[in-house]
Amino acid sequence: MNEIVLKGIPAAPGIAYGPSFILDKGDFIVPKRLIAALEVDSEIARFEEAIHNAQREIHVLKDKIAQNMGPGHAQIFDAHLLVLEDVVLLDQVTCGIRDTKASAEYVFSNVIRKFVEAFTKIPDEYLRERATDVNDISKRVLKYLMDESKLHDLDSLQDDLIIVAHDLSPSDAVSMYNKKIKGFLTDIGGRTSHTAIIAKSLGVPAVVGLKDATLRINNQDDVIIDGEKGLVIINPSVGTKELYMKEQNKITISLRKLDDLKDLPAETLDGKRIALLANLELAGEISTVRKYGGEGVGLYRTEFLYMNRLDLPSEEEQYKAYRQVAEAVAPFAVTIRTLDLGGDKFISSVQIPKDMSPFLGYRAVRFCLERPDIFQIQLRAILRASAHGRISMMYPMISGLAQLRGANAILNQVKATLRDEKIPFDEKMKVDIMVEVPAAVMTAEDLAREADFFSIGTNDLIQYTLAVDRVNEKTAHLYEPAHPGVLKMIQKTIDAAHNEGIPVAVCGEMASDAMLAFLLLGMGIDELSMSPAGMLTIKKMIRSVKLQDAQRTAYEALQLATGQEVEEFVSSQLRQSSGV
Amino acid sequence: MSKIEKEVTVANKKGLHARPAALFVGLVEKFDVTVTINNGKETVNGKSIMGILMLGAAGGTLLKITVEGSQAPEAMMACEKFFSQQEEELG
Repeated sequence: MNEIVLKGIPAAPGIAYGPSFILDKGDFIVPKRLIAALEVDSEIARFEEAIHNAQREIHVLKDKIAQNMGPGHAQIFDAHLLVLEDVVLLDQVTCGIRDTKASAEYVFSNVIRKFVEAFTKIPDEYLRERATDVNDISKRVLKYLMDESKLHDLDSLQDDLIIVAHDLSPSDAVSMYNKKIKGFLTDIGGRTSHTAIIAKSLGVPAVVGLKDATLRINNQDDVIIDGEKGLVIINPSVGTKELYMKEQNKITISLRKLDDLKDLPAETLDGKRIALLANLELAGEISTVRKYGGEGVGLYRTEFLYMNRLDLPSEEEQYKAYRQVAEAVAPFAVTIRTLDLGGDKFISSVQIPKDMSPFLGYRAVRFCLERPDIFQIQLRAILRASAHGRISMMYPMISGLAQLRGANAILNQVKATLRDEKIPFDEKMKVDIMVEVPAAVMTAEDLAREADFFSIGTNDLIQYTLAVDRVNEKTAHLYEPAHPGVLKMIQKTIDAAHNEGIPVAVCGEMASDAMLAFLLLGMGIDELSMSPAGMLTIKKMIRSVKLQDAQRTAYEALQLATGQEVEEFVSSQLRQSSGV
Repeated sequence: MSKIEKEVTVANKKGLHARPAALFVGLVEKFDVTVTINNGKETVNGKSIMGILMLGAAGGTLLKITVEGSQAPEAMMACEKFFSQQEEELG
């Protein structure tokens, strides 16, 4: 077999080698699973049974609708039933199972997809819409072919696989945390896609924006990921494998050296202390914070408590989770971000209508202010947990003072109720805001007077400042953290905060890039919060430079005209300053 | 065994969508024939609803029908009648 090299966008560093696992995602996750030659007949029988079950289901539905609405309305189901008897369709699936030795659900979903693709090319709009009927029918069949509990989560995955997917959603992430996954490859996405965030927090490499990785890679292919260069090598030769093994050893050794820094402070050569904190998604991840020497949690993303379930988490459940994190990070503090739903994060328990531009739509604090019933429960849980550790709270996506006051009004009501009920909480709990909307930057002076702390969410701030969708691979190259427009936004935020005497953190991906972190240091940032696995590299950088060099570099960098000039200048200054 | 080929025009305004396609399959299945339909680009099995839907035959489309088998003449007559009707007149 020939070695094939694919090039994508490097999203998380490191090298991984292992068998691939293709996740095929539509509404259903249909993993490509191969079967033994002996199993072909039973697999076909299983397929036929699923068809029978789906037919029976449609018959019941048809009778019901005929009774309630008249036989005319039920006629569409005759067409659905015919699709399930269609000789061409059934033949393609049974032959496909025989020829490719893949599971019935995988072959069936591929055959359906080809039909649907053909339908979408039909010029007549009305006829083209029939693709929806076919999708509907296929879901009925797939439901019987796949264990329903396995349809929406990845818990059935084995360990030590390289996951290949079209894209990973934040809710997929939750299932991934408990698995020993070696790396991630996706067709779409950019540097700050959720795949990148998941991979970094697991400490495994990822390459995204590969366009057609799910088609080029087969299940159980030998795959090497080079997360540094954004390369994927399918069926590597012996020579390539050896080369990468050596490289991997080098990385392991330098990581071990980094480990020595764990208990040392993140302090520059001229004595400036920076707080290095961890971004956290699940309470269960908390052990990694200590492992990498984190001084607390700068961003605890609570939406994961709400995902992959049909109901909302109760006050008690949230209280326990928040308390667990606060107690585990003591004597350090945790900043709990209130529900940041919407954008690309959705939950089953609350239906949000599909937005044309989800990142500009009904999300985060906008949603919470509209749904005080949900918001109040979370605030109560956070306040109650604040009696058991150092907790501060943070509102996401604040765009101006009116929103901050609106959220605080709800918070004050909740506090009053707790006082009435004689339930203890930290009366001095700090209330922070995420600065990630350009309007918040422009009104930062006012916000700084009423907030206790700023945390710059650079992923969204960059996206909104440059008007670049960070999920769209076509615009991924326009997503430039070092763009002068972005840097001026950040500088303005830092200055406004310091003028009012409040500290500023950065909790986006920028914080985990040594070059950009050096720049942020010079711009006056007080805290950096990032995926735990990235903290030691940043600590090493901070301990090898002087604050005054960083300040001079930042001052000059802010005079430059393009992002590329900034990157080149700051990189060279960092090399000089740290003597690397 | 006889083989008959004829050109027909889809009279139904909405074209061969799911319901008429289902009716057509139900109609030709009764005959001991093979049916193929060609829209000038693709040839599909006339007893396959997926095949017919894939033709994307809007109202006014010209189709070539080929029937082959012992009941070919009867089948062709039924086909011609089918394509000449509006949806509300169909079975």
